[in-house]
Amino acid sequence: MTIAVRFDAVSRHFGAVRAVDAVDLEIEEGEFFAMLGPSGSGKTTCLRLIAGFEQPTAGHIEIFGETAEGVPPYRRNVNTVFQDYALFPHLSVLDNVGYGLMVSGVDKAARHRAAEEALALVKLPGYGARRPAQLSGGQRQRVALVRALVNKPKVLLLDEPLGALDLKLREQMQEELKALQKSLDITFVFVTHDQGEALSMADRVAVFNDGKIVQAGTPAEIYGKPASRFVADFVGSSNVLPPQLVAKIAGESRWGSLKPESVSISAADGGLGLRAKVIAAHYVGSSTKVVTEHEGLRIAAAIQAGRTVPAVGSDVTLIFAKSDVHLMEAGS
Amino acid sequence: MSMSAAIIRERPASLMGQVSDYLWRNPKVFLFLLLTPPLLWLGIIYVGSLFALLLQSFYSIDEFSGLINHELTLKTYGELLRPENLDIIVRTVTMSLAVTLGAAIIAFPIAYYAARYARGGWKALFYLAVMLPLWSSYLVKVYAWKLILAKEGILTWLFAKLHLTFLLDAVLSLPIVGGNSLSLSYIGMFLVFVYVWVPFMILPLQASLERVPVNLIEASADLGANAGQTFRNVIFPLALPGLIAGSIFTFSLTLGDYIIPGIVGSSRLFIGQAVSAHQGTAGNIPLAAAFTVVPMVIMGLYLMFAKRMGAFDAL
Repeated sequence: MTIAVRFDAVSRHFGAVRAVDAVDLEIEEGEFFAMLGPSGSGKTTCLRLIAGFEQPTAGHIEIFGETAEGVPPYRRNVNTVFQDYALFPHLSVLDNVGYGLMVSGVDKAARHRAAEEALALVKLPGYGARRPAQLSGGQRQRVALVRALVNKPKVLLLDEPLGALDLKLREQMQEELKALQKSLDITFVFVTHDQGEALSMADRVAVFNDGKIVQAGTPAEIYGKPASRFVADFVGSSNVLPPQLVAKIAGESRWGSLKPESVSISAADGGLGLRAKVIAAHYVGSSTKVVTEHEGLRIAAAIQAGRTVPAVGSDVTLIFAKSDVHLMEAGS
Repeated sequence: MSMSAAIIRERPASLMGQVSDYLWRNPKVFLFLLLTPPLLWLGIIYVGSLFALLLQSFYSIDEFSGLINHELTLKTYGELLRPENLDIIVRTVTMSLAVTLGAAIIAFPIAYYAARYARGGWKALFYLAVMLPLWSSYLVKVYAWKLILAKEGILTWLFAKLHLTFLLDAVLSLPIVGGNSLSLSYIGMFLVFVYVWVPFMILPLQASLERVPVNLIEASADLGANAGQTFRNVIFPLALPGLIAGSIFTFSLTLGDYIIPGIVGSSRLFIGQAVSAHQGTAGNIPLAAAFTVVPMVIMGLYLMFAKRMGAFDAL
């Protein structure tokens, strides 16, 4: 497998702020790679390091085996879809899409033809004569996407491209992006702070915190086996169990995570389960998320549709296998 | 709530309160009161005097008696086309174009720095540095420049110290733009004009550059454009409205000025001087009025051209 992007102990410091701190990273060719983390965690700076808008303070970056430090953005065969699209307001949609071809010297007829074809690819044929201001948010998003893709980049960088769209459009664009990536076979590097988006779209996810990658792996690994308390907390839906409780259950005094799907609820008292009180139940379609409280600790359980949901306020027993408790690091 | 507070408060008793209520209910009356004083001022003082001027330009002067003939005629405009008058117009327009171009070239990097890089204290310093010359008397500045540019002046001395006198002499020996000394040449006049008007170019240019988002410049580089291509295709077109606004200032101010050509430069007349001479010493008010119409027509044409070029599309 060819490595598309490789970070070797890359740092980017802004004065005393370590935006990116000694990050090692390997993104494989043709992969859909997501960088996930809260704002200020360094994921966007990493993307800008690949694009060439930032230069590393220390470390080494390779793009398809070639050294990238000191190479300006315009000499990298890498294109970016910007967070707020960054479409040129004074140019038509056609000229926006054909911009990369224009600056590389492709003649007008050829680049307009290529731009028209590209617009058809994202279901915007005939929109070429409009100005970006005349498009809706979703349409601008597609124009920004094809403006980058028309240059046939080796790596496509996407900086929270779906952040400004409403939920329905976002879900639709997620599917389209995923399908597009598969059909074009281009390496996608996708920055997002939305856990659901990262897990559902990416082949692999890197979770960022404080300028470092705290865990990299497949969505299943990130979700099922969070490496640390931070990952479990940030990726969200897992229950985080404190060391005292894990010690009682698994005999080891370490932080643990427990997926709601692994927890079943019994109305009866007794057995090895934890006694808890039901404090809320949220219907989420395929299942119901039941939130319970055990000695001040909130533990969620997912009840499949069709099964009985205990009443709020009732006392129940939470049952799960010892092996379902995943042990992890305390810190970030 | 224990108290039963009134939902709608009582009508105000004071006069101001009543006026406020009345104006709120009658917004048209409010607009009328707001606009009447300035419109009267503009209508009578400004448009009225402009009309009087325009009317004067259609009168003519009796060459023998020197009296104004109050019959409407295009004869005076015909006089503008006489070679010596046409010379004055061409000279003034050429100088205005050169000053505008020079001011734009000097203003752009300064405005770009201020818009893109200057922060906090540096930005305050920028505004101060640009505005400060505007606070002192225009005449003082022009006379100061005369001393700088004079044959015995600072620049001559500086060129001599740097053993570059030959360079200054070479520049001054150029036909038309050269002269006996910088203060008696068109080059000197150009320098003073650029100095005096450059703030009027910097400020609008800086305002328009400030509105160019950084990510557009990044997007351009990302799509493969080098610095020159990004400037031509993104920065320049987006800064154009500011450049046009600035050039309207520098161009029209140069077109109408009569003080600088009187102090610096050769004795050949500029439009402003011609107006001054004709309405003063020569007493030829109609020709002075006709000369005044020239910059107005040129500015009108210039604005039309700028509009056609799309300079105001981004506004």
